Amino acid sequence: MFELNPGLSIWTTVVFILLVVVLGKFAWKPILQSLREREEKIRDSLEQAERARAEAAELLRQNERNMARAEEEFQKIVREARVLGDKMKEEIVTKAHQQAQRELQNTKQEIRRDIEAAKQQLRSEVADLAVKAAEKILDETLDAGRQKKLIESTLKQLTKN
Amino acid sequence: MAEPIPSIPPSSADSLQAAAIHPGNGHGDEFDFTHLLEHMHDSRELEFPWGRWEIPAFPPVQIGELTLDLSVTKHVFFLFVAAVLLMVGAMTAARKMKKAHVPRGFANLMEVFVVFIRDEVALANMGPAGIRYVPFLLTTFFFILIMNLLGLFPYGATPTGNISVTAALASVAFVMIQAVAIRAQGLAHYLAHLTGGVAWWLWPIMIPIEILGLFTKPFALCMRLFANMTGGHIVILSLLGFIFIAQSVFFAPVPVLFVLGINMLEIFVAFLQAYIFTMLTAVFMGLGMPQGGQEVH
Repeated sequence: MFELNPGLSIWTTVVFILLVVVLGKFAWKPILQSLREREEKIRDSLEQAERARAEAAELLRQNERNMARAEEEFQKIVREARVLGDKMKEEIVTKAHQQAQRELQNTKQEIRRDIEAAKQQLRSEVADLAVKAAEKILDETLDAGRQKKLIESTLKQLTKN
Repeated sequence: MAEPIPSIPPSSADSLQAAAIHPGNGHGDEFDFTHLLEHMHDSRELEFPWGRWEIPAFPPVQIGELTLDLSVTKHVFFLFVAAVLLMVGAMTAARKMKKAHVPRGFANLMEVFVVFIRDEVALANMGPAGIRYVPFLLTTFFFILIMNLLGLFPYGATPTGNISVTAALASVAFVMIQAVAIRAQGLAHYLAHLTGGVAWWLWPIMIPIEILGLFTKPFALCMRLFANMTGGHIVILSLLGFIFIAQSVFFAPVPVLFVLGINMLEIFVAFLQAYIFTMLTAVFMGLGMPQGGQEVH
């Protein structure tokens, strides 16, 4: 069992060296090559993914910043609009109030004037009538029949007026 | 209780059956089951389910004083089988990996081993410079692995269970280890290393020790692989031998169960020893490289 067989040893050496040469060229080289290529590809892909992820994160941050800024702007505009609206409302209400007051005042005055004028006219007309009546009375005195006629005619005239 | 094993016609004979039908000389029922061990020896015959085939032999070659018998024996034949299997397997895997960038099935299995040998064996022990020796280590690993496994198939034989084979493999590893060391350190530094760095008058003692030290590592590689591969087979054959001692078919399942267990262990050992041989070769190669681990004295 322990004796060496040189022929077997030589065969082993020859076969082994041939295997190293042949496989080294036709099997291990392409296998190792494609392994290296794949590893490089994976590494590249990972790096690329990492870059893309960082970019996406950056974009997200930017978006968030923009959104926050827009929100702020919006709030400011709303606030300003509200203040402006309040002011305008107050102005309009005040103006309307003043206008109404003025109109009321004017109307009141007009009415008063009209009443005054009417009173004046009434007064003058009553005076005229009194004068006319007095004249007629003076014209047709002493005659009872005449007196009666006079009164009737006067009344008639009055009613006519 | 003890039933005699029915005799088997000689036409269907493998070494186990051959052992069974060649009872010990003149001892009646006693079987000479040492014949079982023939299974592990090299021979000029191949065993097949239908019989044996005598391999044609070359006449020995005479070189000066040396007589070399380069005839193809059983172990040489299985050496060839392993080489062919490895070539077909590795090249198939290579072609598949070229075609598809994500290999599946067999190519993927090969890739697991290739990546392991490259990263955990070559690069881990030799640093980045080890990448050029990956093909050598891959061939070592797969060749030894397939030879280890071949003996587990019926009618197969394990060339690595033969010390001539492991010695040759270890010799190649030895040459590689020295070549790597000389290449990395330069011849002068390599030779200076053999003096062990002691005073010159100690050199006559130191240099032989250092040179001996160079040989012990591959020698250990050779013996370890041989002993492991032989040991498992001896255990299996010994267990099967119990059947012939007991001479009972009712007893037969017991050793067979044990043999089954040992056989599974053998599969593991086949992988383990191929790995250890490759790993230690890489470690020894790395030791000769200045960047590959600590210096050896």
